[in-house]
Amino acid sequence: MTPTRKKRLAVVMLILVGVGTATAIAVTTMNDSILFFVSPTNVAEQDFPHDRRIRLGGLVANESVKRATDSLEVNFDVTDGNHDVTVAFTGILPDLFREGQGVIAHGRFDTQGVFQADEILARHDETYMPPEVLRALEDAGHPIEASMQ
Amino acid sequence: MIPELGQISLILALILATLLATIPMYGAWKNNERLMALAPSLVIGHFVFALMAYLVLTVAFINHDFTVTYVAMNSNLLLPFAYRLSAVWGGHEGSLLLWILMLAGWMLAVLMFSRALPTVYRTRVLAVMGIVSIGFLLFTLLTSNPFDRILPGPPDGQDMNPLLQDPGMIFHPPLLYMGYVGFAVAFGFAIAGLLGGKVERDWVRWSRPWTLIAWAFLTAGITLGSWWAYYELGWGGWWFWDPVENASFIPWLIGTALIHSQAVTEKRGAFPAWTVLLAIAAFSMSLLGTFLVRSGVLTSVHAFANDPERGLFILGFMTVITGGALLLYALRAPRIMAGEGFDFVSRETALMLNNMFFAVSAGMVLLGTLYPLVSDFMGWAQVSVGPPYFSAMFILLMTPVVMLIPFGPMSRWRKDEITRIAKPLAISAVVAIVLGFAIAAYLGAWSARAITGWIGGLWLIFGTFSYVRTALKGRRRGLPRHQIGMIMAHAGIGVFVIGVAMVSSSTLQRDVRVEPGQTVEIEGYRFELLEVVPVKGQNWIADEARFKVFRGDRELFDMAPQKRRYHRGGQVMTQVALRPGFTRDLYIAMGERLNDDNAWSIRIHIKPFVRWIWGGALLLALGGLVSASDRRYWRESRAQARKPAQHAGQAGDEVPA
Repeated sequence: MTPTRKKRLAVVMLILVGVGTATAIAVTTMNDSILFFVSPTNVAEQDFPHDRRIRLGGLVANESVKRATDSLEVNFDVTDGNHDVTVAFTGILPDLFREGQGVIAHGRFDTQGVFQADEILARHDETYMPPEVLRALEDAGHPIEASMQ
Repeated sequence: MIPELGQISLILALILATLLATIPMYGAWKNNERLMALAPSLVIGHFVFALMAYLVLTVAFINHDFTVTYVAMNSNLLLPFAYRLSAVWGGHEGSLLLWILMLAGWMLAVLMFSRALPTVYRTRVLAVMGIVSIGFLLFTLLTSNPFDRILPGPPDGQDMNPLLQDPGMIFHPPLLYMGYVGFAVAFGFAIAGLLGGKVERDWVRWSRPWTLIAWAFLTAGITLGSWWAYYELGWGGWWFWDPVENASFIPWLIGTALIHSQAVTEKRGAFPAWTVLLAIAAFSMSLLGTFLVRSGVLTSVHAFANDPERGLFILGFMTVITGGALLLYALRAPRIMAGEGFDFVSRETALMLNNMFFAVSAGMVLLGTLYPLVSDFMGWAQVSVGPPYFSAMFILLMTPVVMLIPFGPMSRWRKDEITRIAKPLAISAVVAIVLGFAIAAYLGAWSARAITGWIGGLWLIFGTFSYVRTALKGRRRGLPRHQIGMIMAHAGIGVFVIGVAMVSSSTLQRDVRVEPGQTVEIEGYRFELLEVVPVKGQNWIADEARFKVFRGDRELFDMAPQKRRYHRGGQVMTQVALRPGFTRDLYIAMGERLNDDNAWSIRIHIKPFVRWIWGGALLLALGGLVSASDRRYWRESRAQARKPAQHAGQAGDEVPA
């Protein structure tokens, strides 16, 4: 091989190794930071990964929000019309968090079966509904609730 | 009656765009001067009608014409005048109209400022942009007409989303769109080059300032969006790796690679094919961004109420544009000039590394953004990819970039010696390390992240300025503008890196329950809540928490965050109280009322050096503009005008694919 070719080969190898490493790292990191969407029905059927953080979605059940008066603790139920899941959260809820509205909570289940959320998401827009929540409500056989709110 | 004029203007613009994309294009193929001569008037007409449509919609907003559905949905009688003007792009239909107007504006600018281009070439550029415009005009007219009527009109409208009723939001979408759409110019230049079968240094030089300007706008737009999210969403974050943010970030990453590869291709003639490919990719990613934002396929804080039909249209349009461009590329790539060789230690290598890292980063962000869609589509699972993935990838990929940036300008084209480059930079490195430790120690920010951030940032700033010394050696006049711009941008990254490292390592956040009379103490600052009182604005009412802030015993200032409720729609919104500073921001956001005694949940942040994030990013944008204003791009392209016939002759012989 001529020196130029050797150099080119070295560059190509370098690029391949770099891209390979990056891809490997990407796949591993991604595996760790993927959140699976879980609906209350999935929870009732025990159909979700138990050992990791998940993304729970549904509607905030009416008259289920209970606030502590002396701390920032709050409890509420997330429903898809068929099943409810109790969620506990400590902190400040987003502006658009309201009963009857769509909500997404990130967190894990504790040993009592209460969902301990570390992050609550609601959206910018009143009329907006997270697509996963819409689908979960449809699957649960209560699609109308979503379009009526 | 007036809204129908808007509708007609849009249709006329569509007709003119169609004519532009066909007749002068045919003329350029056949080298027919008379047909090509139609292009300028078509471009002007296209702009005039796009502007007219835009103005008609604006007038409808000013006059509260609620018979226009879009106005009724996005405005009401109480909306202040300035927001009525910005409400024009507050929703989906209007923002498309803005997009079209900007595309028409860019076309007009190309027409006016690139008179020196060979006629055939310029005609092709404009015609290709005309094709893009056809797509967007059709999209607007068929799926998202802003001039649709409801008769009889309602007495009052809904509301503009209160989150968008903010000065930052007036400028964010237009700047971002200027960037997105601006890449259409680089795209047009690339496709025109491929059509003519000639991709050469001239072509790249002409398109460089346009790419730089578009990139600068995109940078400014993203920066403004980040700043807006910081104070408007009430979470105190400045970047969320939200899919829609990513959608604007991917074109930015590709655009960054593009402006650097254009430099190599123009100066040295190396990687011409890659540059063309990047130009296609940058615009395709802009289209993809639009698709992601508009189709509602993503769960995002930005998603408007959407419908899938629109998504399908953009996806189809994207397939045509990107697919067509890539097909043309595949057919013509063998004819693109061959690149020139270079040594391993050379500026070409430095810029190649830049391109590699930025292209891979764009790929990684794209992967993380699209993976949930793919997974859902394939029926695997409904998932979302969280910020940890993006942060990890980014730190991994951008650390080498930060380390390598100062080497780029310092190295010579084609062939250089590592010792020659390393000597002046070694001093910068030592100074950066010593000073980095010293500053971190002074600030008490003893975390690995803060220290590496300071070292990295200072290394960028000193390394870049040590280039100034080298560059000025033996020069009688100062540096040319394109170098000044580059220096500003690279130093800007340094400022940005410091800001990011400090915010992510040393932010203090406290969510607390506070009653009037109580005090919260954080890091020597004392926040005393005096009272919570109701206040009133033009179209909202609010609870306002009045805080007094002390440092030690010294009283500093008052801060008053609000919880607003907007009259129409009743949407509740947090208005943050901010005390910006050079080295730290104080930030108070109200949560909710906890009981009848006015106890509130309150979020207090102390964010060190957070302004440096946007300051650095603005330096980047400014650097881009200063670079683009360099006379050599404009002057030399004028010199080309003296021999247009030769170009026309060559290009005219080509048979299009």
